[in-house]
Amino acid sequence: MGKILLVCRLAVKDIRHRPGQAILLLLVIAAAAATLTLGLALQGTTSSPYARTRAAANGPDVVATVFPNGSNAPGPATSARPGGPNSPEAADVGELAPLEHASGVAAHSGPFPVMWTLLRAGHTTGSAEVEGRRTAPSSVDRPKLMQGTWVRPGGVVVEAAFANALGLHVGDRLSLGGSSFEVTGTAVTAAIPDYPDVCSRLGCFLANGLASANPGLVWATDADAEHIAHAATSTPLAYFLNLKLNDPAGANAFAGRYNASASPTAPFLYSWQSIRDGDAQVIVKVQLVLITGSWLLALLALASVVVLVGGRMAEQTRRVGLLKAVGGTPRLVAVVLLFEHVLVALCAAGVGLAAGWLTAPLLDQPGAGLLGAPSAPSLTGSTAGLVVALALAVATVATFGPAIRAARQSTVAALEDSARAPRRRASVIRLSAHLPAPLLLGVRLAVRRPRRLLLSVFSVAVTASGLVAVLILHESAGAFLGSRVAQATTIISVALVILAAVNAVFIAWATALDARHSAALARALGATPAQITTGLSVAQLFPALAGALLGIAGGIGITAITAKNGGTTTIPPVLWLAVMVVVTLLAVALLTAIPARIGARRPVAEVLQAEAA
Amino acid sequence: MSDIDGSWVLRARGLRKEYGKEAGLVRAVDGVDLDVAPGETLAVMGPSGCGKSTLLHLLGGLDRPSAGEIWLAGQRVDQLTEKALARLRRDAVGFVFQAFHLMDELTAVENVELPALLAGRSPRAARRLAAELLERVLPVALSGGQRQRVAIARALANEPVVVLADEPTGNLDSAAALELLRLFESLHAAGQTLIIVTHDSRIAATADRMISMRDGAFVDETRLTGGTRGNLADLAGLGG
Repeated sequence: MGKILLVCRLAVKDIRHRPGQAILLLLVIAAAAATLTLGLALQGTTSSPYARTRAAANGPDVVATVFPNGSNAPGPATSARPGGPNSPEAADVGELAPLEHASGVAAHSGPFPVMWTLLRAGHTTGSAEVEGRRTAPSSVDRPKLMQGTWVRPGGVVVEAAFANALGLHVGDRLSLGGSSFEVTGTAVTAAIPDYPDVCSRLGCFLANGLASANPGLVWATDADAEHIAHAATSTPLAYFLNLKLNDPAGANAFAGRYNASASPTAPFLYSWQSIRDGDAQVIVKVQLVLITGSWLLALLALASVVVLVGGRMAEQTRRVGLLKAVGGTPRLVAVVLLFEHVLVALCAAGVGLAAGWLTAPLLDQPGAGLLGAPSAPSLTGSTAGLVVALALAVATVATFGPAIRAARQSTVAALEDSARAPRRRASVIRLSAHLPAPLLLGVRLAVRRPRRLLLSVFSVAVTASGLVAVLILHESAGAFLGSRVAQATTIISVALVILAAVNAVFIAWATALDARHSAALARALGATPAQITTGLSVAQLFPALAGALLGIAGGIGITAITAKNGGTTTIPPVLWLAVMVVVTLLAVALLTAIPARIGARRPVAEVLQAEAA
Repeated sequence: MSDIDGSWVLRARGLRKEYGKEAGLVRAVDGVDLDVAPGETLAVMGPSGCGKSTLLHLLGGLDRPSAGEIWLAGQRVDQLTEKALARLRRDAVGFVFQAFHLMDELTAVENVELPALLAGRSPRAARRLAAELLERVLPVALSGGQRQRVAIARALANEPVVVLADEPTGNLDSAAALELLRLFESLHAAGQTLIIVTHDSRIAATADRMISMRDGAFVDETRLTGGTRGNLADLAGLGG
C-alpha cells in the first residue's frame, strides 16, 4: 500500500511540476480519443428520423421500379448510352400492373412517371428527378409538406434537403427541362433517399448529358411531368409504384423473393429498410471518415507522445538518478514513469469521450430530408472501453521503452545527466562537408537521432496521407460530397494538421534541446545564429519531404481500402499534390523556426560551461 | 582607437561583466584593463570563481560585457552584432576549452576541419589542413591529452589572431599537461598570441606575463623573464 501511495505521489508531483507538458500530452491523446468516440457514437443514429418521416408521409413498404430500355438494374446510378445506335425507350408501365394486386399487398399508389432532366435555379445548374403526381394526395407515399402547398399546374414541390442545398424557397422559380415553374412547397418523403443520395438505392437513369450530375427530387403534376419529358434534356420515362404490405416488417423478404424469381426486364423492388439504409448513407460516410481519421490521429498521437515522453525522459534523467540514489529500485523508477503517463492517458480518454459524445449531435443531424432529431448518440460500454484502450495503448507503447531504459541507466550516469551519445554516420558527414554551412549543420543534426528522424517522417506521412485521402474524396465526389461529409473531412483535416504541427514543434524542440551543445560549439567556432537556426530547421525539412511523398502513396492506399465496397476514386491533379508537398515543407519550416531560433540564441558560454560542469 | 604602432593585438578598457541586480549583484569581471602584444603568451591566474573564464569569454566574443571596450586586431568588438561576432570568432579567435568540447560523433580530422568548413573553405582544402595536423583517429579512442591536442588543432584551423585557452590542462594528468605545454611553446615560437586561463601557477610560469585575478579584478601583474624559453618541465614543475 505504501509503495502504491509513493508511486502515486511521485507521479502526481511530477505532473504538477511540469503542467504544460502534461496538458499537451493530455490534449494530444484526447484529440484521438474524441475522434474515435465521435465515429463510434454515430452508429445507428438515423433510424429514428427515418421512422418519423415514414409515419408522417405514410411511406411505402416496397417501391417497384421500371426503367427505360427495359433496364431494371439496381445500383446507385444507371447510365444509358446517349447517342447510341438505338434511342432509349420509355419503360413499360404495364410491367408494374401485376404487382398492384399481388399476394401480400394491402394498398398501392402509382405507378408514377419519373424522369431525369436539367434543372436551373438562379445561377445554379444541376439535374432533377421529376416525379409526376396528381394534385390530390396519394394514399401511399404522401410527401409531408414542410412549407407551402402541394403541386398544381405550373407549380412544383422540391424535396426539402434538395431545396435546402439549392437555397430554394416557396415562391422561387426554377426551370426543369427548359420550362419555368414556381416552387409551391417543400416536402419530405420516405419513398426515396433524401438529397444528395437520391440515386443511392432506387437508381437513376442519367442520360442526355446528365451523367455527371447528382439529382434531387422534384414533384410536379402529371401533365407538367409529361411536358418536361418531351424536353431534349430529359430522359425517357421510368415508373415507380408504391406498395403497402400486410406485413411491413417482411418487406425485405417480399422484395427479395420477387427480385430473385423475376426476369431481368421485370420491375425491381426495394424495401423500406433498404431506403432507410440509403438515408443513413451520409452518416455511414461521415462515420467512415471519422473512424479512419481517428486511427490516423491515434497514430499521430502516438508519435507526439513518443517525442514528448522522450523529451520528458531526457529532462528527468537526473531525477531518475536521485530516485535510485535514495534507494528506488529500477522497477519503482519504471513504474513511476509509466504510471505518470497512464494517469494522463486516462484523463485524456475521459476528456476525449466527453468531447466526442457532446460533438456527435452536431454531425448526425438528419438534415432537411428527414423529420425530427436523431436519437442521442450511443455511448456504450464497448465504445468507452475501446477509447480508453486506445488512450492507454498510446501512452504505454510510447512510455514503455524510455521507462525501461531510464530504469536500467546507471545511477552515476543518471546523476551526471549525461546525454546519450549521438549516432555517427560517416558517409553523411563526408557528403555534408560539400554543402553550405547551414545545410551541413542541418544534415548532421538530422542524422544524429535516426529514431527521431523516423518519427518525423512518420508524423508528416500520416498527416499527408489523411489530407491526400480527403483531397481524393473531394475530387471523386465533386459537388455531391454532402455538407456533413465535408464537415467531417474538415474536422479530421484540421485535427490532423494541428496534431502534426504540435509534433513538428515537439520534434524541433527536442532536436534543439539535444543539439544545444553542438550548436553552442558551432557558434564558438564561428557559425552565426542564423546558420544554426537554418540548420535546425533544415534538419526537419528532410523528413518532412520524405513524409509528404510517402503520404501521397498512403492517402491513395487509404482511399483504395475504404472504397473497396464500390465507388470510383479520382486521384487529384499532380499540381495539387505538388502544392501540398510544398505547403507541407513551408509549414514545417515555419513551425520549426521558432524552437530552432530559441535553441540557436542560447548564450554560448552558458551552454558550454553547463556541459563542462 | 587602433594599434597604430602594432604594440598590441588585443586590448580591453574598463571591462565589466555583472550578473543579477541590487543585493544579488555579482561582478564577475570588474573594471579590467588589458593589453596583449602580438606573439605574447599571457597567463591569467586566480582561484575558481574569480572571473577568469568570464574574461576569456568576453575577449573571445562568446559573451557580451556589461560595460567597457574590447579591441581585437584594431577592431572594436564589444558592440558587434551576433553575426559579426560569429565571423570574428571564425576568423580571428581560436578557443581551447578545459572540457575539450569535441563533437563525439566526428573523428579528430572531422572535428578539426569543421571551423574551416564553416568559414567556407572547400572540403578538400579543409581536409588537407586538418590532416596536416592530425592522424585520423576517433576522439573516443584518444586519451585526454590527445583530445586536447585535437581541440588545439581545431582552434588553429582558421589561423586565428589569438588563441584563448580556458584551463587547457585542467582535465589532464602531469605528462599530458607537459606535452600540451610543449605544443603551446611551439605555437609561441611561431608567433601565435596566446591567452591561457589557469589556476595552476606552474602552468602560468611558462608564460611571458602573468596576471592574477580576484573577485573579477586584476590584482597583480608579473612579467616573467624566463618565459617559455626555459626548461618547460622544470619551469612547470612537471619534470621527473
